[in-house]
Order: sequence, then structure tokens, then C-alpha cells
Amino acid sequence: MSFPWANEYKPQSAVTKWVDERLPLPRLVYNAIGAGYPVPRNLNYFWNFGVLAGVALVIQIVTGIVLAMHYYASVEGAFNSVEHIMRDVNAGWFVRYAHMNGASFFFIVVYIHIFRGLFYGSYKAPREMIWLLGVVIFLLMMATAFMGYVLPWGQMSFWGAQVITGFFSAIPLVGEPLRQLLLGGFAPDQAALNRFFSLHYLLPFVIAGVIILHIWALHIPGSSNPTGVSIKGEQDTVPFHPYYTAKDGFGLGVFLIAFVAITFFTPNLLGHPDNYIPANPLSTPAHIVPEWYFLPFYAILKAFTVNFGIPFTGIVLIEAKLMGVLAMFGSILLLFFLPWLDTSPVRSGHYRPLFRKFFWYGLIPSLVVLTYCGAQPPYTQWVVLSQVAAAYYFAHFLIILPIVSRIERPLPLPNSITEAVTGKPLQTATA
Amino acid sequence: MVRLIAFLVGVFFSGMLLIGLVDTVVGAIKEPALPTAEHEFHKTPKAVSFAHDGPLGKFDTAQLQRGLKIYAEVCSACHSLKLVSFRDFAALGYDEDQVKAIAKGWKTEVPSLNPETGEPATRPAIPADKIPSPFANEVAARAANNNALPPDLSLITKARANGPAYVYSLLIGYENGQPAELLKKFPDAKTPDGLHYNPYFANLNIAMAAPLTADDQVTYDDGTKATKQQMAKDVAAFLTWTAEPKLENRKSAGWAALGFLIIFTVLAWMSYKSIWADKKH
Amino acid sequence: MATVKKTTGTSKAPRKKASEASAELTETTSNASAQDSETSHSEGEGVRRRDFIHIATVSFAGVGAAAVAIPLVSQMSASADVLAMASIEVDVSAIQSGQAIKTSWRKQPVFIRNLTAPEIAEANKVNIGSLREPQTLAERTQPGKENWLITMGVCTHLGCVPLGAAAGEVKGEYGGYFCPCHGSHYDTAGRIRKGPAPLNLKVPEYAFLSDTVVKIG
Repeated sequence: MSFPWANEYKPQSAVTKWVDERLPLPRLVYNAIGAGYPVPRNLNYFWNFGVLAGVALVIQIVTGIVLAMHYYASVEGAFNSVEHIMRDVNAGWFVRYAHMNGASFFFIVVYIHIFRGLFYGSYKAPREMIWLLGVVIFLLMMATAFMGYVLPWGQMSFWGAQVITGFFSAIPLVGEPLRQLLLGGFAPDQAALNRFFSLHYLLPFVIAGVIILHIWALHIPGSSNPTGVSIKGEQDTVPFHPYYTAKDGFGLGVFLIAFVAITFFTPNLLGHPDNYIPANPLSTPAHIVPEWYFLPFYAILKAFTVNFGIPFTGIVLIEAKLMGVLAMFGSILLLFFLPWLDTSPVRSGHYRPLFRKFFWYGLIPSLVVLTYCGAQPPYTQWVVLSQVAAAYYFAHFLIILPIVSRIERPLPLPNSITEAVTGKPLQTATA
Repeated sequence: MVRLIAFLVGVFFSGMLLIGLVDTVVGAIKEPALPTAEHEFHKTPKAVSFAHDGPLGKFDTAQLQRGLKIYAEVCSACHSLKLVSFRDFAALGYDEDQVKAIAKGWKTEVPSLNPETGEPATRPAIPADKIPSPFANEVAARAANNNALPPDLSLITKARANGPAYVYSLLIGYENGQPAELLKKFPDAKTPDGLHYNPYFANLNIAMAAPLTADDQVTYDDGTKATKQQMAKDVAAFLTWTAEPKLENRKSAGWAALGFLIIFTVLAWMSYKSIWADKKH
Repeated sequence: MATVKKTTGTSKAPRKKASEASAELTETTSNASAQDSETSHSEGEGVRRRDFIHIATVSFAGVGAAAVAIPLVSQMSASADVLAMASIEVDVSAIQSGQAIKTSWRKQPVFIRNLTAPEIAEANKVNIGSLREPQTLAERTQPGKENWLITMGVCTHLGCVPLGAAAGEVKGEYGGYFCPCHGSHYDTAGRIRKGPAPLNLKVPEYAFLSDTVVKIG
């Protein structure tokens, strides 16, 4: 940490002093999320969502450990063990509904967190590493959520596993062997269920580990802020505690109110009725859809309808199915390159008139459309809409952003955070 | 270099999508999707309200008892209720002895073994037992039902969109043969032999014959007039309970949690404002 | 200047009060004026009210966390289906005099033993005062059914299953049951006579529904 004015941890008692000299863990916490971490004073409510994502992970781990005490990963017993939790285990319905909806809320806060980073340019130098680690966390979350959805072994669990592992069979030559390796068989069965349970239990702890790296990387340059202007002096910052702990406490209250309202009053709103039907390998549901947080990616997958080949020869180079799979993974992997695609020196979207237009009128609507189309049956109008939206999505990151950052004329930036907030220039502390 | 590759990848993906778009539109014009009977004649469930609806709703135990009677006398001939135990009926307002009596008098007995010979046998149910299924296994169920499998009803109201209304609508939604309009428009969509036309069923033709055929098919103990609508509604309420027996606990716990959190959030907001009082931001 | 006085006054006082939280609130903007001894008594009221809000907020969070912990812990206790299997019925008509059977109740072994006349006599001969847990055979059986000794098959020492119920097993020095784990000997009334176990084999709650059927639990 490179702010000379940061508060220093001073142990108050002989005991804390003794501990500090041997294992300075309280000092680490103090400097990471305590009074020893100076944070820009102008953060808005969008900066609450990092902490909320951490809370959501804790909710998932705690409720998940409890569920694992009653769940059994067997093809015959998994569905009934979930219903046993819902009916006979003390407060089991509460734990299960909290876990089920907790996954959705984890994604909601993480998506807001990601879009905050996209709009305010939090991925730009010197914060590229934070962004890269964030994308890793996002990928791990998706894997964890997918495997968790398989565990109840309902119809959507089974057919979700079937379809998602089917992606890998699109890969030429190694596809089908790879799929059998992942499933431990020709179709999802006991072997797949057991390994998904094992990995579903493991990955959250891996996520927690990467989050520690994510926060570590954050503390090197310090938090970004809505102006995108770097911290220039002591007046630009406030200590994390009590200023942002208090603000996060309030944010946590609002988050929990929303979470409780859904969990207790419409717990199945975000789920699919078919997952209350036990898995049946001989009968596919009329309409397979993933959980809502995967819908944009599912829409991208479905949007690729033509083979790529040499015109008029009939030679196919890449089949539509493979291209859909590549594009779906590509739509997330391209985020790894974002810091080098958007070269504008200005971070915040506030001061980037052209970027802002593409963000609000291009990227966000395209993702809304993709989410909606992802849940629709394959009728012409939805296919066409998702093709337009998916084309925009790729163009936005891969073509538009690099061009915009070259031709755009940013608005004048404030000289400092303090100036942006108070209207008065920053007084450089010379006293 | 990164930007050049990105540009090419972007052009490729977006280009393929736009070609696909043209292809989709051309395909739709050349061969427009044909309308189907399911699409045009399927009805969404009727609007129906229950005592347990809404954030304050509670089960009407008298109605649940009536629903149990419908299940026991009508549905249970073909449909299992595997996830529910007799002891759970205590929640419908029955005392211990009544639960025992219901278990003992259940028309299907519980599979067991003859203690002397080890031969398969049956014994009367006890409260700890799950409701015995009418058929020993799927093969037997299909054999007795013209190769259709009657689904287990424990979770049926959660396993169908708008479940309680769906069950209600399906039970009273049987029509005497297909509408003439349907047959005129889709001559191929004639209901196959052995199936029954019901516009609330996903593909319009259901294997189950109308189970509620006449008023007073079941005699209610509490004197309620057993119209078809009443019976359908009561059994839909009962099946809502079987799918979500903890519904009342859930809602009351929810109110307690919400009340607590609202106070906490107000306090946290005041705390936040007072800490930031001297800081312009 | 009046506004300065107000802000410094209210913001400074909690720094002094909340000692731990004070460090981080150290000067960022205010400096010279804050040093003035202007923390007047009239501000005391506001100070206490603010401290109260912070304390109330943190306490509420603590209470909430504790309230959530209750279901997260209570889920571990016996679930409704386990509690429902609380009683069993056993047909004892096939047990000859001198024989015993092991059955399972609440996932624990239960010994049902049809005592012979000499075994009953031997059990009644014992001086009750000399026993580790003084009980007569009559106290451990039901009236008119003194030959039916029904006990848990769980050694009161550390929970092993004693031998002696099945044919051919060692019955111990007192002809009842013998626990091989740490060498506890039980007599023909299932009472502890020798070895480390502190108590007699537990007699579960049971009732004869008829001459041949006993209900345990």
C-alpha cells in the first residue's frame, strides 16, 4: 500500500501487541478492510457490490455445508434426499431455499459488480490484474453453479448436464472421448453426479482463494472511483472503516431485504418447474432452459445457425454447432483481453460521451435481449433478435471499443477527487 | 496485435451471425413455420384463488381434509404420493389416533415380508409409512393404464407452471370431443383412440379419462356440497400442501426476518449518515 | 465560523468516546480548529444519541447472526422421519425358554430373553445391597412376565454390544451378558456385576400388547 497517510495499526493491549509481533493477522485485516485502508471518498452505491458478492459467497458456503450433511449423491436417492431436506429436516426448507436463491443473488450482485467495472473502466491500468482475477472468479462461479444445478437430479438437472457436456462433443476428433471423460460414461449417470458433487463442494473454496488474490491485487493501486481520477492526496480518501463499513452495512441490509423477500415469499420464482420432476433419461422436457444467469450465453450458443465454409463448394470448415460453442466461450474469454482492447486513457464512462452511448444504448440492451431470447423457444423472431444482439455483443468489445477509444474526445476531467466532490481544489498537504 | 486479432475475430463472429440472420429470415419466408394445434388451442390455466395464496395466505385445513378425501377415493387409484407420510396428515388437523386410523384403513397396504417364510407380503400402514403406491412399479403402472404412466402427485403443483390453477383447470377442463374448428383447421390432429381431449394439457390429448365425472361423486364429511368445481379446487389445494408442506412456516418466518431486517437497515442507514455527516462526498 | 464549530464539535466527540474507532477518524480535513477545546457540554446529548445508533446497529447485526445460527445448528438434530420410527412391535412367540433374540429399535440393538427358572432363581438370590446399581429382577421386568428380560444391547460403559444373546456366545461369569470390549459382566437380570460399566443394561419402555407381541418404545 502506497499511501503515506494511511493509518497505522497500533495494538492497544499487551495481548494484541504480543499477537501482532508473532502473527500480524489483525494488522492485515486492519490494513485490508479496516481503518488502515484509504479509499476514495466519492464512491457511489455501485461500489457496495464487491462486499455483497463476498457476503453471497459466505451464504452459499454456509448453507451448502449444511445441505451436504443431508444430501446424498446417488442417482436413486438424490432427488428424494432433497425432498427429505424440504420436508423432514429441521429448518431444512429454509436452508435449501436460501441456497437455491442464494445462487441467483450471487449472480445478480456479481453482474452489477462487473457492469460497474465495465462502465467506470475499473479494468484499466493499473488494475488489469484485478479484472483478470475477477473473470477467473466469474468462470469458476459458472462452473460451480452449473454443477450445483445438476445435484437435485431433476429433469432440468439431468438434461442440463446432458446439453452442457454435449458442448464438448462439438470439438472435432477429441470431442466425444472428452465428453465421456467428463461424464464417466455415455450419458449423465452415477459417475457424473458423484464427481459434480465433489467439485461443487470444492470450487467455492477455490473461488474464496481467488477472491483473496483479487483483494490483494486491489490493494496495490487502491480502489478506483466514479471519476476515474487517481488519488492525489489525503483529502481524496477516507479510511475504509468506519466510513465504508457503515455504508456497506446499509447496503447489506437492503440486499438482505430483497433476498429474504424472494426466498421466503416466492422461492421458486427463479427456478424451473421441470426440476421438480425426477430425472428421466428417456424423456426430454418440452423446452430445456438453463438458470436465468446463463441465458445470455445460451442465446449466443443458439444464435449460430449456419456452417462456415467455402462458398459454392459445400466444404464446411466449422460447423454451426462448434461455432456456437466457440462463440459462447469466446463471449466470456474476450473479457480477459478487455484491458488491451479499450485503450482510452480516461477510465470513467462519465467523461467518455461516445463510450457511454454505446454502453447504455448498445451493450446493455443487447444483453437484455439475449437474456430474454435465451429463454424462448426457437421461433424465427427470437432467433433473429438474438442474432442481432449477439452480433452487437461481439462487435461492441472486439470492434467498437478499440475504435471508440481512438476517435473519442473525452470531456475535461476534474483535477482531483476532492475537486469533483467539493468544487474546491485539493490542498496539497505541505504542513 | 491484440486489437488486430480481436478485430478479425469480431468481424468473423458478427459476420457469421449476420449471415445466419439473413439465412433465418430467408428460411422463414421460404418455409414459414406451420401453425400447430397445440399452439393455437392450448389454454393457460383458469384464474382461481386459494386461501394459501399471497404473502399472508394460510392453508384452509377443512379444505385440505376434503382434498385428501378426493385423493384417497379418486386419484389414489392410479397416482402415487410417494413423498408424503401418513404422519404428515397431522398438519391437516388430524390427531394422532385419526392419523393411525387413516393409515390402517388405507386401501393399499405396505409391501413387507412374511416373517415366517420371507415371501413378499403386505401389512397395514402405520403413521411412519409413506403413502403406499397403487402399483408395485412402473411396468405395472403402465400395464394397467394403456401404457401411460400416471405421474406421482407429491410435487405436481410445483412441477407445473402455475401448478394449483393448472391442476384445477385440468380436472374440470375436459371437453366432449374436440372443437369442430380444430378439426377443420388441423384434420391430422384428431385425438388418438384411448386419449382424451383437454385444452389445458400441454399437447391437448391426455391419457387420463376425466376423473371427476359428476357432482357428489364423493360425499364430504363436513357437509360441503361436492360440485365438480369444489372437488377440483379442494384436491388442488391438497396437492399444494403435499408439494409445499412448510408453506405456512416459510411465510411466517419470512415476515419475522423482513421486520427484523427493515429495522436493521434503518439503523444502519442512520449510522451511515451520522458517520458521513462531516464528509462531503 | 458557527458552522465550523458545530461540525467539529459533533464529529470530534465520538472520537474521544469510541476509543477503538477513534484512530481511523483521525484528522483528514479539520485540523487547527479541532484542537480547540470546543467540545461543549451542549453537544453531549447528540454524542450519546450517535453512539447509541452505532451500538444498536452492531447489536442488531449480532442478534441477526445469532438468530440465523439457530436453524443452521438445529438442522443437525433428529429429523421428523427419524423421530417417527420411535416404536416397534416384536412377536416373541418363537423364543424358547433359555433363548434370546436381538432386535433393532431406534437403530440400536435390543435383547429379548426368555429366562429359565434357574436363571430367575439365581437373579432373585442376589443380595440387592451388594449391587452397583441396586435393582431387583421384578423391577426390571413386568408383572406376570418375569421370564421376559428386555434390555438394550448397549453396554453402559462405552456402548459396545455385549455377547450372550445369540446361541453359543460367551455369557460371562454371571451367566447373563459379557461385553468383550472392556470386560463387563452382567448377570441373568442384565445387572452389572463386574468390570468397568457403571450401570445395569438399560430397560427400554415396552408393553405387552398380547401374550406374544411386545411393543418397544
